[in-house]
Amino acid sequence: MIRKESFAGRATRITFLTVWLVITVFPLYWITITSFKAPGDIFTFPLAYWPKDFSFENYKGLFSKAQFGDYLTNSLLVAAVAGTVATAISVLSAYVLARFEFRSKTSLLMAALVTQMIPSFIALGPLYTMMTQLKLVDNRLGLILVYIAVCIPFSTVMLRGFFENVPDALEEAAMIDGCSRFGALFRVLLPVMKPGIVAAFIFNFVNCWNELFLSVTLMNSDANKTIPTALNGFISSFNIDWGSMSAAAVLTIVPTMVLFAFASRHIVQGLTSGAVKG
Amino acid sequence: MSLSTSKQAGRPTRRGARPAPLKTTDPRSRKPVFTIRRSLGIAGFMAPAALFVAVFIYYPMISGSQMAFRNWNLNDLTDTSWVGFKNFQTIFSDPVFYTVLDNTLIWVVASLVPQLVIGFAIALWLRRRFRFRGLYQALIFFPWAISGFLIGILFRWMFNSEFGVVNDLLSKVGLIDEPIPWLAEPKTAMVAVIIANVWYGVTFFAIMILAALQSIPDELYEAAELDGAGKVRTLFQVTIPYIRATLALTVLLRVIWIFNFPDIIFGMTGGGPSNETHIVTTWMITITQQGDYGKASALGLIVVALLLVFSVFYLMATREKKGARS
Repeated sequence: MIRKESFAGRATRITFLTVWLVITVFPLYWITITSFKAPGDIFTFPLAYWPKDFSFENYKGLFSKAQFGDYLTNSLLVAAVAGTVATAISVLSAYVLARFEFRSKTSLLMAALVTQMIPSFIALGPLYTMMTQLKLVDNRLGLILVYIAVCIPFSTVMLRGFFENVPDALEEAAMIDGCSRFGALFRVLLPVMKPGIVAAFIFNFVNCWNELFLSVTLMNSDANKTIPTALNGFISSFNIDWGSMSAAAVLTIVPTMVLFAFASRHIVQGLTSGAVKG
Repeated sequence: MSLSTSKQAGRPTRRGARPAPLKTTDPRSRKPVFTIRRSLGIAGFMAPAALFVAVFIYYPMISGSQMAFRNWNLNDLTDTSWVGFKNFQTIFSDPVFYTVLDNTLIWVVASLVPQLVIGFAIALWLRRRFRFRGLYQALIFFPWAISGFLIGILFRWMFNSEFGVVNDLLSKVGLIDEPIPWLAEPKTAMVAVIIANVWYGVTFFAIMILAALQSIPDELYEAAELDGAGKVRTLFQVTIPYIRATLALTVLLRVIWIFNFPDIIFGMTGGGPSNETHIVTTWMITITQQGDYGKASALGLIVVALLLVFSVFYLMATREKKGARS
């Protein structure tokens, strides 16, 4: 860190970092380029690294041939509602876990960690049976409820880390000034925590937006499918229509990338704080 | 507490013989005072989270575990009686299971090692401040915004044997004469899915290791430089020992995640050609889709057992070294 960097060292560093950046970005570039080629141009030699003329035909096809508008609405609705509710619930549980000592605390944290270790597929069968009995199969509300539950453990752990970074003195001062504990949490603590809460929400939203296996299990009818489930349907047929597929992939990736760009610093902080503290 | 009582009892304190191991009270920890109001408050704040996780995660997980010991097939639910370990026997006598185990081992090790090495290198190089560091970090972070399934699809397209860009680039550079049918051959298919996973996983290591590196005090490096330690020696004798705990934990987390991460393979090959890229969890999905929930659950329990045994041994191994150092 303090050592002066030699010219060779600097050159190696810049080369390496640049190469990795190119490798990271290239798949995204390639799928985007593919999506803007006219359907016939995708399968012609030599491969074009820049489309001769930009065509929006693949995108138009998504909305006319497939019900992509429906999938988009479903995904947006499910991810937004589940992400919001899960974040709100996690704020409460994370607050208690960060600020209070009580006997069952360690076991509760362990219970949250265990959900991350066990393969979720073991729960798919019984979950389907249970949701059928509750008449929540092929129902967006059903999927939302399940997603809320899936998001809670990790976002609780993440938010707990953010709470612990805020000094106790802040609430204590508010409570001395006559705030109730509840008032102190909502009027003083949450405004300070805003970036962390936004990061947790974005993390939850993106996870719900991307989720595949639960949605494949629980949603049957075309009108209720989320985007990943629909994409999975595109594969099932033997010949993949790479034109539609690439356009759909771009439309799926872009919103999450924009959201992540907003919050990447705080998400990184949330991911790392737990592990580095040990 | 116990420290003060022993003093009051007038017992001789052996402070000279042993550095007092008892910590004085941590200012952050609050002494539990049991009042009904406080307990109700805690319970009330925890209740929504606990309820959701109990109903939609724990209940299905536990009831899924008992399916492992039942004859539970969606195609024929007339007889769902207890069958003991029959589902486990079916798995252990299935030759596919052993292919799948081999594949899982290759998948985990061959993905993890490059992720760790490249991630470590990136973290070391990112430690030095430069103008676009923040932007760079945000850019290499972006694979994390994409679902594993979509990553599988992206790479499936790039590894396409006829119109894939990988073959095109390789032949342009002159490394190959004719296109490689990547996803149609067992060996190359495995290489391809692992490349996709490395692409995805490097960032996580880079971020975790960078955070750990930034916690190393500068004085340590100054001391090492004064002692005349070279770059390589500093790396192995200052940097790595200091961040060992984080490294060990990150590797453990990644092993568990990669083991339980069927998404990329599912999107890229679906386990094909002829089961050759199936890992335990993708195989489990296939079995679930066939409706044999009993067998799938048994396989799930085997996964849990394997990971648990691994975690215990791993934690023991990494902890022992730590004890020896101090």
